[in-house]
Amino acid sequence: MSVPPQAALRQVALRPVALRQEAMRRFRSNPAAVVSIILIAGIVVLSIAGPWFTPYGDDTLDWLHVATRPGLPQAHWFGTDRLGRDLFVRTLEGTRVSLAVGLVASAVSLLVGISYGAVAGYLGGRIDHLMMRIIEIISGLPLIFFVIFITVTFGRNIYILFLSIGAVAWLTMARIVRGQTMSIRRQEYIEAAVACGATPARIILRHVLPNLVGVVVVYATLSVPQVILFESFLSFLGLGIQEPNVSLGTLVADGAGELEAAPWILLIPGAFLALLMLCLNICGDGLRDALDVKEN
Amino acid sequence: MSTALEVADLCVSFTQRRARIDAVREVSLSIAQGECVAIVGESGSGKTQLFMAAMGLLPRNASAEGSVLFQGVELLRANRAALNRVRGSKLAMIFQDPMSALTPHLKVGTQLAEVLVRHAGISWRDAWHAATRMLERVHIGEERRRMQQYPHELSGGLRQRVMIAMSLLCAPSLVIADEPTASLDVTVQAQIMELLRSMRSEFGMALALISHDLGLVGGFADHILVMYAGRIIESRPAGHLLNEPRHPYTAELIRCIPRVSGTLPSRMATLPGQPPRPQESPPGCAFAPRCPRAAPRCRTERPVLLTRGAGAAACHFPLDS
Repeated sequence: MSVPPQAALRQVALRPVALRQEAMRRFRSNPAAVVSIILIAGIVVLSIAGPWFTPYGDDTLDWLHVATRPGLPQAHWFGTDRLGRDLFVRTLEGTRVSLAVGLVASAVSLLVGISYGAVAGYLGGRIDHLMMRIIEIISGLPLIFFVIFITVTFGRNIYILFLSIGAVAWLTMARIVRGQTMSIRRQEYIEAAVACGATPARIILRHVLPNLVGVVVVYATLSVPQVILFESFLSFLGLGIQEPNVSLGTLVADGAGELEAAPWILLIPGAFLALLMLCLNICGDGLRDALDVKEN
Repeated sequence: MSTALEVADLCVSFTQRRARIDAVREVSLSIAQGECVAIVGESGSGKTQLFMAAMGLLPRNASAEGSVLFQGVELLRANRAALNRVRGSKLAMIFQDPMSALTPHLKVGTQLAEVLVRHAGISWRDAWHAATRMLERVHIGEERRRMQQYPHELSGGLRQRVMIAMSLLCAPSLVIADEPTASLDVTVQAQIMELLRSMRSEFGMALALISHDLGLVGGFADHILVMYAGRIIESRPAGHLLNEPRHPYTAELIRCIPRVSGTLPSRMATLPGQPPRPQESPPGCAFAPRCPRAAPRCRTERPVLLTRGAGAAACHFPLDS
């Protein structure tokens, strides 16, 4: 920052800058983060609105054009797969499903992780010990085994997929929230709140959780790409989204089989997946830097 | 009812790595309605833990025995619901460091109004008005704007005024002030003490003033208790204690108050030595190793707190005998 010190001082003196505004300003001054958030928005809009602009549905079979190259003439902009399905529509559909899985599973893990971590961290002592041992046991289970177990027991279903990914992803969140809560509960204002007659539930909701927003937001943005990647990985193995539904993972799995004859079937969904991953991660890093008050 | 707080044989001990540390030992005291009692002692003398036990704010590894009666309610064995009915409304506390005792992400007004909504059960709107009026009464200035501000936008003195306002919101019968001026400038310190004085005459609440500064509380409190190594060693009306201390420790403390008048001494008066470590408990008087009047008896037999006249002192050889 090359603001002359006097100008900076005047700014501070004139108007105390709220943390949110300050964070926004810092996020905006990070070009990579801004570009990636624009790209994410573009992908989201495209994945929702894109299919309206082509005559094909995600399961329309075009027998005249099987495994055609991407190109404008046949109106198959991204080409077709070996069954003649339009790859443009399928890629966008897959992106939408992957994004939905990422958001919903992250939300589930957020909800469970925050409440679990905050309770463990605030109550402390034996309850905390017990709750943390449970987390260690769950995180000690092999992930894939766990997901296979759930899918086999409850059937292959997109909601079960949300649940099983969420069930694994909350562990880290809970650990992070617990650590933060433990450091906050030693602050004097928590003691003051107790002295004012506030109940533990109220203290957690009103005095502890709002302090965690920064950490939670950053971790959530970073967990969305992780979850998407995990979902794609499961779908690639055939454990996740099932045909005829698509996700980026199933598309990549399809394409991997046709790599020599029709590389675009792999490369196009692969590129979407990679771009989405990259943008979400850069965006999360940007948010972390913007919300980290101590750095400046 | 004439007593606001009645503490009897209170012991507070901590367990740390299986070792037992006694912070407060067999302390009894009573604070009358409307009275101001100062508790003076050096760091680690147990003066804060005494009231933390009363407020139910002891950390997990601490245990308290004895009895703390507040308006006929036993606080030590009260459950959380019963404690919460009293805490913040009838029994309020002002913390040492106003910088960290206000929740940083909530507006001052929100924090004040919330106390009223919780305890008085009035609407948010009424609570907000009442909180604004209370800020006016603690002379904060521009109280409407202050209500909308966050704690970090206020100076230390203003924040301590907010804390005082918060403690007075529900018209408490006892306010515990734990070194309310320790982290403030000396000039602000005087203003805050003056504010406490005027609030006391306005609200008529009893005040327990915890301090390490005998000079500060001397002209303020009605009654002064001096604590040393977890015990009360002298408990007398303020004027008597300051003019003719009985316990040698009190006398040494008074000697150490810096004076502005007269010729300046070449060095500040100090009291050599250290208080005993809390995990050890010597058989005799805890002050004996540092006491100028110590005799062999002091090292073997612990003096009990003997009441004589309007006060009590725990010393075998009190200064006025």
